Amino acid sequence: MTENVSPAKLKRLYYEMLRIRRVQLRIESLYHLDEMKTPIHMYIGQEAIAAGVCAHLGKEDYISSNHRGHGHYLAKGGSLQRLIAELYCRETGCSKGRGGSMHLVDTSVGHMGSSSIVGGGIPIGTGLSLAIQMKGQDRVSVVFFGDGAAEEGVLYESVNYAILKRLPVIYIYENNQYAVCSHISVRQRGELIFHKTSKADMFVRVVDGNSVLDVYRAAGMAVERARRGDGPSFIECKTYRLRGHAGSGPDAHLGYRSSVEISSWEAKCPVADFRKRLLKKGDMTERDDELMEKEIADEIDKAFLFAQTSPLPRGEEVEKYLFRG
Amino acid sequence: MPWSKIKPEIQEPDYQREPGMTSRRIAYADAIREALDQALELDNSVFVMGQGVDDPSGMFGATLNLHKKHGGARVFDTPLSENGLTGIAIGAAIGGMRPVYFHNRPDFLLLTMDQLVNHASKWHYMFGGAVHVPLVVWACIGRGWGSGAQHSQALQGLFMHIPGLKLIMPSACYDAKGLMLAAIADENPVIILEHRYNFKHTGLVPEEPYRVPIGKGVIRKTGTDITIIAVSYMVTEAYHAAETLKSDGIDAEIVDLRTLRPFDEEIILSSLAKTGRMLIADTGWKTGGVTAEIAAFLCENGFPCLKAPISRVACPDVPTPSGYPLEEAFYPGAKDIVVAARKLMEWGR
Repeated sequence: MTENVSPAKLKRLYYEMLRIRRVQLRIESLYHLDEMKTPIHMYIGQEAIAAGVCAHLGKEDYISSNHRGHGHYLAKGGSLQRLIAELYCRETGCSKGRGGSMHLVDTSVGHMGSSSIVGGGIPIGTGLSLAIQMKGQDRVSVVFFGDGAAEEGVLYESVNYAILKRLPVIYIYENNQYAVCSHISVRQRGELIFHKTSKADMFVRVVDGNSVLDVYRAAGMAVERARRGDGPSFIECKTYRLRGHAGSGPDAHLGYRSSVEISSWEAKCPVADFRKRLLKKGDMTERDDELMEKEIADEIDKAFLFAQTSPLPRGEEVEKYLFRG
Repeated sequence: MPWSKIKPEIQEPDYQREPGMTSRRIAYADAIREALDQALELDNSVFVMGQGVDDPSGMFGATLNLHKKHGGARVFDTPLSENGLTGIAIGAAIGGMRPVYFHNRPDFLLLTMDQLVNHASKWHYMFGGAVHVPLVVWACIGRGWGSGAQHSQALQGLFMHIPGLKLIMPSACYDAKGLMLAAIADENPVIILEHRYNFKHTGLVPEEPYRVPIGKGVIRKTGTDITIIAVSYMVTEAYHAAETLKSDGIDAEIVDLRTLRPFDEEIILSSLAKTGRMLIADTGWKTGGVTAEIAAFLCENGFPCLKAPISRVACPDVPTPSGYPLEEAFYPGAKDIVVAARKLMEWGR
């Protein structure tokens, strides 16, 4: 399956996934200290999706993200230091300590914000693609959302409009099967209506969201289509949320899903699986992997130090930023 | 009565003139339309969207035939997906455009509350100023001819509650144009709530583009005995009330707030200092609404100047009834202002 993707690209995809995973594990390991006073939503288990999609995007392309957005932010090239500083509620954070984990932004790389209202970012990302079209720009807009958002009416409204106007937008549906503790089987039945859209109107794919190459290939077709001006795409990435809805650590003790189910998906870890594949095919050496781990660990160390030593916002500035100008 | 094709257009009250005002008199809808036309002409990033903006009635005339002049790519009809389209307008604004989103009625804005309140109003603050949303949302409050519970709600109290939204309610033709141009030029989300009754008015409107500052009220009539703070169409009612009060020997001052958020604190405090008697008249409900907020502000900031309790003229706290006898009972007007004003003048005597 690795044909046509260069070894350098393969390693890059792995690096992006590994970096997202390591950043999150570090956040988890320190979260119990109560210094990151922000509700975190781990992306652990879903790294292949952000990495596979964002590999096709440049800084000028837009993304719209959600509450489970650390992976989207990092894959799009958002500053790691400013992400960690935001989790520590610092003035140096990407949202200057006003947003927290659920409200990340980095406009310098086309990350235009993340909403913690499920589905809320979908029309906004669609609107970004309308601006692209009206201005005649060479850009695309990617919208990340989960299976909870797939139940919101605003998805239907947005996709209908994108099809109507042939907008350069790519909907990335990250189906991790859970909305908080509610399994998808009690919330949806059968496939979504978008899967029945005609090919001319929208490019639709269902892929293994734990396979970075599957995601990468489908996203590549979608991004190309959008750049050609042929309209929107909708890619369902089937995956699994390995952690609880919010906070850190495993949540099997809550009893809403079985340890067996969690273990079976841990065995399909997108990062470990891809590592094995690259080593086996000779696309990456053990030494390459060690160097990556080292580089990432150093970067994370620096980012946490930066965050922990950064100034906090001042109380007298609580009204700052209400309006522009 | 704006629904009537029999009744002629009427001149708006003969307000004090803005400096340098020309004598050209045009209809209220034409004033808005001229603002949009000029904004579209002056700035390529401006566009006008909404269900029916390019239809034969053109949003009561406010957008009439603009699509013919500026093209269907810049003035266009939309699906009814109000919430989704609000988000799409927000996204377009973040992407460098200046959308003006039209709705027939504020009632439909209730379908957009997620995008307006959870998103548009938050985006600049929540991201520490990194992104901003130059968006205008326009809707026209219905009244009469049986508009009823779901086509005549005056929801300014709801929107006034939300930090991060600006809220404009013009009453004069001059302001309808100047505030529209100011709203389009503003870098933040601005809601304009019009009133259908204003659309029967004609008024003096200069031809060239101009902006009326957001957040500034205006004295429509100076007076010394009592201040009537009025909103939107209630300014007209207040004007008629003031004429009646004059024959009682009561000299009323009328403040037209024009912007409800942020409202002009200075103009109402200085009028309070002058008259000491405050009456607030709104087109919306009383409880938790505009009159409540302004009254609370006056108590907190001008209590020593008050010679009497603050009086409020607003709609009763029930849905709008749909048949004209009950409509008549529901809507307050000049008569109610006169009664309330006389009562205020008797206080302490």
